[in-house]
Amino acid sequence: MLLEISAFLVLEKLILVAIILGISLFIAMYSTYAERKLAAFIQDRRGPNRAGIFGILQPLADGGKLFFKEEIIPEYANKFLFILGPAIFMITACMTSAVIPWGSTLHIFGKDISLQVADVNIGILYIFGVVSLGVYGIMVGGWASNNKYSLLGTIRAASQIISYELAMGLSLIALLMITGSLSLKDIVEQQSHGVWYIVYQPIGFLIFLVCAFAECNRTPFDLAECDSELVMGFHTEYSSMKLGFYLFAEYINMFISSAVMVTLYFGGYNFPGMHSLHVSPNTLTILGVIAFFVKIFIFLFFFIWVRWTVPRFRYDQLMKLGWKMLIPLAILNLLITGALMLYLHH
Amino acid sequence: MSLPTILFWILAVISILSAIGVVVAKNPVHSVLLLIVTFFTITGFYILLNAQFLAVVHIIVYAGAIMVLFLFVIMLMNLNASGEPQKNNLVKFAGVVAGGLLLIVLVAALKKADTGMLIQGSTNIGLIQNLGKVLFKDFVLPFEVSSILFLSAMIGAIVIGKKD
Amino acid sequence: MPSPSYPTLWPFLIYGILVLLLAGGMLFISHFLGERHQEKETDEVYEAGIEATGTARLLFPVHFYLIAMFFVIFDLEAVFIISWAIAIRDVGWGGYLAVVIFVAILVAVLIYEWRIGALNFGPQGKKILRAYRHKIKGVNHNEVVDKQNN
Repeated sequence: MLLEISAFLVLEKLILVAIILGISLFIAMYSTYAERKLAAFIQDRRGPNRAGIFGILQPLADGGKLFFKEEIIPEYANKFLFILGPAIFMITACMTSAVIPWGSTLHIFGKDISLQVADVNIGILYIFGVVSLGVYGIMVGGWASNNKYSLLGTIRAASQIISYELAMGLSLIALLMITGSLSLKDIVEQQSHGVWYIVYQPIGFLIFLVCAFAECNRTPFDLAECDSELVMGFHTEYSSMKLGFYLFAEYINMFISSAVMVTLYFGGYNFPGMHSLHVSPNTLTILGVIAFFVKIFIFLFFFIWVRWTVPRFRYDQLMKLGWKMLIPLAILNLLITGALMLYLHH
Repeated sequence: MSLPTILFWILAVISILSAIGVVVAKNPVHSVLLLIVTFFTITGFYILLNAQFLAVVHIIVYAGAIMVLFLFVIMLMNLNASGEPQKNNLVKFAGVVAGGLLLIVLVAALKKADTGMLIQGSTNIGLIQNLGKVLFKDFVLPFEVSSILFLSAMIGAIVIGKKD
Repeated sequence: MPSPSYPTLWPFLIYGILVLLLAGGMLFISHFLGERHQEKETDEVYEAGIEATGTARLLFPVHFYLIAMFFVIFDLEAVFIISWAIAIRDVGWGGYLAVVIFVAILVAVLIYEWRIGALNFGPQGKKILRAYRHKIKGVNHNEVVDKQNN
């Protein structure tokens, strides 16, 4: 019951939540730095190198700058919705990480502390629910701007996101048959002793990966803010921290979707040979957390790498890929997986 | 009062206020957003009934999909407070009759409802494993019929959409 | 124990409050720290430097509406299929058959949409080309007719 919660437990969760939020923001911030440095490397330039050694303070300078920028709200914009849009986008981006198991349990002060904010038995659907609300951030903000480019970007972005959300959901169902559970903790624990689910679901993973790119509005699917056609897409009119929210939330989404992919298909905080190590459970947990973040960083690197390698799709190609390739493929994958499951089960 | 009851009353007040707001709001986008708030409170009710799967599906389907469609339509059709056409009395009358009929159906359905089942948190009806079993063992035919319903909805949408 | 599930849910509340405070705080701080000035063009709509004309409430192709509609229906079906996916071990081949029929109808809808071109965005290269050829042919034909008349 709610009333039986001890103060200690609340404090524990509060600290955990603060740490997770802090880490999410920190990684999102430094993804911008990594993005610029990697882009520079790929394009044979130096990238940011003035703020601090190797430009390591650049994200702080960028973030600070956004705080001091003028807050412009266009005359004909709907003021309330104009502020609400980026806020929704940011909040939904942050809320997704609540169910991700960052590690197994730590044993401190004679208590077991789970490194997961909330282990609910519908974890993965919770993520889907929150992600599906993220589209409101774009729609509300873009519509409220009262700008033609914003509206065009909004409609494009919204159609893209809902189309790929569908393919993502369908690709995931095949995995859910194997796991038999919607709890992310269960899914990770199942991969602890068996093989990672990428082995069983390679096609599902590929579809999920492509959709993750589209959901995060990353190149090659960044048609929402197609700068050569639509100025800045749905956030054309934004400035100051509200623009910061839109840009920042994109990196948070990238981080969280990497975390989700690692959790679902790459064993989460498990790593090969973890059961043959003879270390204390706490050390093992910390090693697990490190392994989890290493896997996330590999995915983040991949996100950035693709952005500076692959050109943008055309809008009709994007919709064609989503509806005529990924969705039929996901359905096929689903039916085949189901038949195989039943065949092997009996 | 126990805590779930307090939560229930808070949610109930918010849900009714936001539902009234949906009807009263001048700006259609505000209406949609208030409707989303209403759906959130309903999700809260599901959680109080220990139906987590239904709660999250409610978010995904209603808040995440159907309201997106609503917002899309409002944006596409350029509905504004000023641009709303005046309906003639016949349409208003038809609306009242349709709404009243829906009310009668709802009242009739709820009158017979067994409220004993709805003691908060006492059931497992909303848990997903049970739902899947019941749906695919006892209610296979209605399930298939629902797909026909989807089919007709889709074709209806295309017919409306394709009319130039 | 009337409510076994609540203890796992209250952390969401903490999480939500913290996120709200974070987002609200950031907006609040930037509102006060930001510079401010008021000039003729400050509040104007930005359209790449060109003076804005007409309303920004554009009308859209019906395709986008159809996509949203398809999304709603497919999303609903996906939810049904999820409840099957979790219970697949319990419902066995009978459930599988039910889902295959269900999915077959779904696929039929997808094929129908595909065939009538509801999923085609942007200009149709082939269609335009065909129309153009047709027009050219028509023009030639007319010319022939004209010559014969002369």
